[in-house]
Formats: sequence, C-alpha cells, structure tokens
Amino acid sequence: MNKIFETPLYPYARHTDEDASVPVRHRVIVVGAGPVGLAAAIDLAQQGIEVVILDENDKVSFGSRAICFAKRPLEILDRLGAGQPMVDKGVVWNLGKVFFDDRKVFEFDLLPEAGHQRPAFINLQQYYFEDFLVNRVRELQAEGAPIEIRGRNKVSAVGTHPEHVTLEIDTPEGSYNIEADWVIACDGAGSPMRAMLGKDFVGRVFEDNFLIADVIMEADFPTERWFWFDPPFNRGQSALLHKQPDGVWRIDLQLGWDIDKEREKRPENVIPRLKAMLGEEVEFELEWVSIYTFQCRRMEQFRHDRVIFAGDAAHQVSPFGARGANSGVQDTDNLIWKLRLVMEGKAPESLLDSYDHERVHGADENILNSTRSTDFITPKSEMSRMLRDAVLDLSEHYEFARPLVNSGRLSVPCTYDGSPLNSADALDGPERTRPGSPCPDVPLGDSFLLRKLGDRFTLLTIDAEAPDLIEEDGIEVTRLALSIKDDPTLALKERYLGDATSAVYLIRPDQHVAARRSSFDEPLFRAAIRRATGKE
Amino acid sequence: MSDLILTPNIDSADDFYAELLATHEGLETADSNALNARLVLILANHIGDRAVLSQALRAAKLKEEE
Repeated sequence: MNKIFETPLYPYARHTDEDASVPVRHRVIVVGAGPVGLAAAIDLAQQGIEVVILDENDKVSFGSRAICFAKRPLEILDRLGAGQPMVDKGVVWNLGKVFFDDRKVFEFDLLPEAGHQRPAFINLQQYYFEDFLVNRVRELQAEGAPIEIRGRNKVSAVGTHPEHVTLEIDTPEGSYNIEADWVIACDGAGSPMRAMLGKDFVGRVFEDNFLIADVIMEADFPTERWFWFDPPFNRGQSALLHKQPDGVWRIDLQLGWDIDKEREKRPENVIPRLKAMLGEEVEFELEWVSIYTFQCRRMEQFRHDRVIFAGDAAHQVSPFGARGANSGVQDTDNLIWKLRLVMEGKAPESLLDSYDHERVHGADENILNSTRSTDFITPKSEMSRMLRDAVLDLSEHYEFARPLVNSGRLSVPCTYDGSPLNSADALDGPERTRPGSPCPDVPLGDSFLLRKLGDRFTLLTIDAEAPDLIEEDGIEVTRLALSIKDDPTLALKERYLGDATSAVYLIRPDQHVAARRSSFDEPLFRAAIRRATGKE
Repeated sequence: MSDLILTPNIDSADDFYAELLATHEGLETADSNALNARLVLILANHIGDRAVLSQALRAAKLKEEE
C-alpha cells in the first residue's frame, strides 16, 4: 500500500531567499504545515495576503492522529474551498455504543439537527485532512495566489522587533534569515517557537498512557463509535473503536502509567491485545501504532507582539472530545480576518487582543470539558471510581444517568460571551444566536445560509429593511436580505427570530454574531461595526 | 401521587458531576462514604414523599420493577 504519509508532498527546494544578501521581508510567515497552519495560510492567501509556510518536515502527518472533524471546522473549510473533498472522503457516523465490563449499557444517536449542510462529525485521518489542504494550496498557487510551502525549513532562532520578526532557518543546504511583518506559530504542542520565545505553557499533566493503533481489516463492525469502560480484554482501563475511511479502524487502548512504552509498541505485544479485543479469528494488518500521554494546558497569552500562536502550540487538551485540531482551525478562523483588517490599516492593532480574549475563552472551555472526560474515564480516587461505576450501572437501567456518562463531550464551537466585540443583545430572539454565537446553518432552497455569508461583514436582514451597503470607517458591510418565506422548513425562523417577527444581524467575517436588533437603526449599527472592529 | 423521575432532570449535568467529585476531593474513603450517607439523607428529606422514596430505594437496587 502506497501511504500518503510516507511521500514527500512539499520536498525541499532551494529558494532564492537563501541567497539574498539582505534578508527578504514577507508579509506573513506561518510556522508549521499541520491542519492549523495550512488553514491559516489558505485563509490569508484567499484574501490576497502574501504568506510563506515553513515546515521542518516535508510530509503530511505520520499516522492517523486527529481523526474526528466536527461540523464547525467543516463549515470553515467550506469557506476555505476545501470542505467538499473532506466530507466526500470522510466517514459519517451518528451512533455510539457504551460498554461497561462485559455488556453494552446503552447506545446513543447524535441525532444531528436537520437543515445543516454539514454533518455533526466525520472521521478522517489527519493525513488526508492535510493532504486536501495541500491540494488547496496548489490550487491557489495555480490561480496565482501569493502562497508557498517550504519543506525542511526549520526555524532555529526568532528575533522580535516592534514592526517585524526575524527568523533564522535551517535547511538541508545550510541556514538563512528571513523577516516577516507577522508570524503565526502553528508548530504543535511541543512548539519550538514557544520555547525559543521562552513562554510558559502551564496546566495539568495526566499520568496515563494510551496505545493507539490504526488497523486495516475487513470486518463487519458497523460505522459506530464504541467505547468500553473496564472491559474484560483491558481490565481496569478503557478502550475505543472507531471507523476511518479505507477500511482503517482506529483503536485506542488505555494502558495506565507504569509501562515500558518501547516494549508496548512492539507488534508482538500489540497484536495479542488487539486479538483479545477483536476476537482471535479476525484478520487484520497494523498500519500505525503509537503511544501517547497527554496534558491539558495553555499559554497565558496567545499573542506576543507580532508572533501569534494558534492550535496545539497555544493550547493542548486531552484527546477525548476531538477538541484539538477542531479548535485550532477555529483559532485561525477567528484570527485571520482581524489580522487582515489590521494589515490593511482598517482596524487598530488592538483588535488582535480580542483574538486572545476570545480564543483563550475557547481554550478554557475545551480544557474544562476534556479534563472532565478524563476524570470520568480515569477516576482519580476510590470514591470517583465508585461514583463512575454507579453512573454506568444506572445508565443501563435508567435514562437519567446517560447524560452523566462522559467518554468525551464532542467538540462544539464556543460562543464568545462577554467579548469586547459584541454589542448588547437588542432582540427578543433565540438564545443560540445571541451576540458572540457562531451562526447556525439554515437551508435556503438549493443552498445554505453559511454559503451566502462568505468571509466579509454581513448585515443579515430577515423581513426587515436596511441599506444594501454600509461603509463605516473603511469597513464594508453588505446586506443579505432574507424572509422567513425563504425557508419552508422554518429553521430560519426558529434559529434567528424565535418570537420576534423581524431581525437585523451584524455578522462578522468568521460567521459569529456581533449585534442584533429587531430593525435597522443606522447609528446603532454603525457603532456595532466600530465595536466589532476594535474601535470602541 | 407523583412518580420517581428517572429521565434526565439535572440542568448542566456535567457541572453537577464535577461539583460532586470536588466535594469528595481529598477525603479518605471512610470519610467519603460518610459524606455520601449524609447526602442521601439530605436529599431524601428534600424529596419528602414516602412513595417516591420507596421507589428510589427499589430503583437503586437495579432490580426490574415488580
């Protein structure tokens, strides 16, 4: 099998920058070509901002790693022109089963709400995710967009200045210096950029190890998420089975703290464990095995002058709930429009502080949720375990206990309550679309609302009058006029009006609500635009 | 007469569970058990209804309803 994660996708090629006598200045440099770095760079390039991506490697992620991508990141990828191939390739699942000891205690259906273009989740190996993003970079390049990836370009030193950043880069042919107006560091949980700047990364370490294996098998396990607490084949620990594309199954086995990692990774030790789980007769091939430990921690601040951190480099969570790559893509969604406005001189640099405010809030929410899942999966005391087991026993008999079972609270986007960019809510409308909320999708005939929102400020009017275009201090806001009649399913009414009969929403380029009222009021909406761009 | 509620009835169930664990944090098992016993009695008093309490006692045994 020809594995894409063994093929150099962006091999090293000597760049003229390496021979320049004076370091060449770029507008933005993104460090790290993982899911987060690629998403950031594509967003910039689509908006016409020149960007160079540096990666110390030249391949996509080795092994499946992040495998679960949620609706909101898929919607962001749609905006980046890369959503469809992901959804086409990914495995959609809705049913989860929970096992305790030797029995199934209950099953749940994610019951995705109707009227969204994208599913609640897809399973897709990280290497495909990155591969599709690299394809999108190539597509943009073919269209002449200012974006490039430099493989095997490892940052070895960083210098920060008031107006720019200098980077020293090691390549297979030596080292060179370049400069950038802005640097986005997306170089992962072990972030060398963070270390070079001497920034803290504090939080909680979990004393546990998980064996993860990608297994290729022709098995008739259904497309479901199966989670075991204390199963006979892995006593006192947990296990997870999840389907990926290409007949690859992802298996996570909790191993506990005191283990010999190198020994546990050897096939002669992995295979008996898997046979105990899958059954002696099931034939399979190991594609990739790894052991991971995890921590929940974040940087105090994500922005350090002209170096801005995103993704795992800024915050790390335990894997339960698929909140790593998913939240990293949301970081870039939040950051790039702000950076563009600042670079174009249309917003003050302080707008970038709201990135810190909003995404620290998001990271804290993710850390809280994934820490609670970890505490449920790995009880810390005898009483925690007793309560956990009581919840599981009760869940088999009574519905009330099922919401307490926590094998991961799956990633949902954060609402930026309390953000300085929000205007006070002035609509007696639904809670889910209050200022700070990510816009929920709505079917509109043969299209969807989020498709129409795009990546600029929008004034969404529902059965309300407003100008088609407002310009406020360099910020253009285009109207999208809708009526509840446009959606016979009434999702538009239910999600954006509630009991109100009309509404005007100011929607940010990242498709979060900035302000809403029942009708258009020019001075108030102008003030809301200024507030949403850091000018009030 | 009201019936014992066995469908989800706690707002922000994850917050409640985290608070429950936090209440036990740092206690020896014997002290934790004693805390649980007190908690059962406090909650029982709050419920008050004898019929509901009897249903709850049976439900906790995980035996199917007779």
